[in-house]
Amino acid sequence: MSEAFDILFTVSFWVAAIRIASPLIFATMGELICERAGVLNLGIEGIMVAGAFTGWFTVYMGGDLWTGVLVAALTGAAFGFLHGFLTVPLGLSQHVTGIGITLLASSLTYFTYRILLPEVTSPPKIEPFQPLPVLVLSDIPVLGPALFNQTPLTYLAYLSVAAVAFVLYRTPVGVAVRAVGENPAAVEAQGISVTAVRMGAVMAGSALMAVGGAFLTMSAFNSFFFEMINGRGWIAIALVVFGSWRPGKALLGAILFAAFDAYQVRLQQITGGVIPSQIFLMMPFVLSIVALVVVARRASYPKALMTPYQKGER
Amino acid sequence: MDTSQSPEAETVLRLSGITKRFGALVANDAISLTLRRGEVVALLGENGAGKTTLMNILFGHYTADEGEIEAFGKPLPPGDPHAALGAGIGMVHQHFTLADQMTVLENIVLGTRPIWSLSLGKAQARAKIRKLAADYGLEVEPDRMITDLSVGERQRVEILKALYREARILILDEPTAVLTPMETDALFATLKKLVAAGLSVIFISHKLGEVQAVSDRVVVLRGGRLAGERKTSEATRRELAELMVGGQLPVNEIGPPHPGAVLFELKGVSTPALGGAALKQVSLSLRGGEITGLAGISGNGQAALAALISGTLDAREGEIVVHGTHVGEWSPRAALDNGLGRIPEDRHATGMIGDMSVAENVISEAYRSPRFSRFGFLNWKAASGFADEIIRAYDVKCPSADARVRLLSGGNMQKLILGRAFDGNPDIILASQPTRGLDVGAVAYVHARLIEARDRGAAVLVISEDLDEIQTLSDRIVVMHRGQLSKPSARGELSVMELGELMAGHGPDEGAPHAA
Repeated sequence: MSEAFDILFTVSFWVAAIRIASPLIFATMGELICERAGVLNLGIEGIMVAGAFTGWFTVYMGGDLWTGVLVAALTGAAFGFLHGFLTVPLGLSQHVTGIGITLLASSLTYFTYRILLPEVTSPPKIEPFQPLPVLVLSDIPVLGPALFNQTPLTYLAYLSVAAVAFVLYRTPVGVAVRAVGENPAAVEAQGISVTAVRMGAVMAGSALMAVGGAFLTMSAFNSFFFEMINGRGWIAIALVVFGSWRPGKALLGAILFAAFDAYQVRLQQITGGVIPSQIFLMMPFVLSIVALVVVARRASYPKALMTPYQKGER
Repeated sequence: MDTSQSPEAETVLRLSGITKRFGALVANDAISLTLRRGEVVALLGENGAGKTTLMNILFGHYTADEGEIEAFGKPLPPGDPHAALGAGIGMVHQHFTLADQMTVLENIVLGTRPIWSLSLGKAQARAKIRKLAADYGLEVEPDRMITDLSVGERQRVEILKALYREARILILDEPTAVLTPMETDALFATLKKLVAAGLSVIFISHKLGEVQAVSDRVVVLRGGRLAGERKTSEATRRELAELMVGGQLPVNEIGPPHPGAVLFELKGVSTPALGGAALKQVSLSLRGGEITGLAGISGNGQAALAALISGTLDAREGEIVVHGTHVGEWSPRAALDNGLGRIPEDRHATGMIGDMSVAENVISEAYRSPRFSRFGFLNWKAASGFADEIIRAYDVKCPSADARVRLLSGGNMQKLILGRAFDGNPDIILASQPTRGLDVGAVAYVHARLIEARDRGAAVLVISEDLDEIQTLSDRIVVMHRGQLSKPSARGELSVMELGELMAGHGPDEGAPHAA
């Protein structure tokens, strides 16, 4: 049994945990921005699929890795625009629209993949982002390699948390985003367009989600294949709630979930087939539900979440 | 700006020929109005007279169908709140436009800095807010969350929002509706300071006393039209009332009460919190033939009390005694079966179901009776017959019993609720905010029916935030503060100010070692 405990002290476990957390961090920050502005974005799963593909395909066609990231972000922003347009000025149901966006984005991506690469049987690989140790910091025992011997995209994920937290709490645009999710009328009364703020937030958030998808193809698996997002988008939605709509707490949630995920893989190896592997696969999800029940019940959610705002309505 | 040399102060705002239609309804019909520097103009009118619509047009929330607005000599583009703010117009809405989970400072700064700036300039903003607060008597701590503020403090934040943007014209929409008498006095003092500093104020109200206390000039609206304009000092209260109502003010004669037996009693009841404070050890007895008025600022436990009596909230401790017998299980059904007539606080949310028909709504409390259903099947004929009866008896203006309730005006909806609640002559009546948002005629009608119910021997409890209403109707007054009730006082025993003190929690009993 001590073997199961020892896993927690191995460097490779923590390296894996942070790597698994990276796409979740992007996706969670993206969803958090959307929801803070009052728009639930269930398009996340499909937007991640689309970002994973366009980022990867750009590099496959000879583009630079960072160009790939940019293309993924733009793809996300485009789907964000569609989701925003349907839910903000048109005020359609955010649930239904979001599910539609997920179906549209993922199907369109698989379709495009088949059209562009009709002949391939095994997914072609690209040359991905390589780990880039940060001077000095990466020499810290255990934590060093885990946090600071990762690929640049992981560092970008950390950066995205800091940036989201800074913008939301310390800048005028962040105050507008939070206010529009609390009480759109307050924003309107101060002469700011509710539509513009919400659209902008949904597009920016969707761009981050797509980069999260691209992390998988450009920094983890090196190729694109079907079903590769595998529910990560849905987990990000749960993580936003888990984090009570706060960037720092959401980051913690993402790392916690990823650690469970990394742990269960290693636990499977130790127990060696006595327990069916599906039990282990299920574990992080069960734990995330338990965590939600414990943590999120008293979370104060954005008051105007899922409420469309119509100007001049009484 | 101080170049005007005319004896009359310069005109800062001019509305000319404003017309606004909502479908067939003409909310504003060719209204013109001017506002001069350093004056308070009261916009007086009943609910539905078009006051709020006019101000929403001025502020750019709505676009007028016809007419023009000029601020400080320049035309104001229609439908653009940003332009209105830029022109120095600030509006304090009746329903506050504040984001609750944010600080006072964040709410005030919102929209005042370049949107892509990398800083909120908090230190500077905090200093400016403190200075404005001190200058105009608007004390509020910049770093507190809006959720933690009282209603009066929230209103101060709204005024600060406008002043922070250097507003020169301030519009206040029914600002006193939510305030205690003391807070109202403080607001009036603030307005005097603002006017002295050269600002101009439009004060929207339907309360004559306030209008006379605070304004220099009164503009009266009725049915969407300009009914008249008077200098406040030259107008009598009666004259203004008649301009507002378009005739004599309806007056209810209320005779002396004939109190009977106690029909409903709460003994030391405590509840969980609901929409504000929880009830703490509340005891209250309602006698037949008597109207008990419950005053208090919203959120002090009135919602919990109303829910408790209606049976939608369970007591944690204490007893409920109805008609002299202790009741164990108290539920909405038990309440109805025990002869409770209920006028809920919010007509739209809990009184009626807007998307269902008049007939469906009026039988919603009695659908189980053999009158309306047999073997689980509804008798639609009886239902629409009953609806027609109420429509006739209560003079409800509506197309038919099949009409959807949401299409009715507030007054007509309230009449339907009265008809439903008073069917079968219930002897315990709970009326929560029974006249909120109604015009003078409808108010008088509702009051008359409540007095009528009292005179036939029912025990009536009126919960209201409107002190005038409480004083008009009540044979006995109790005041609720933080979930606790004051001692009852008889009609006329306490002055408005004394009641205000009780509402604010500075009761005469408080702190006194030997309270009676």
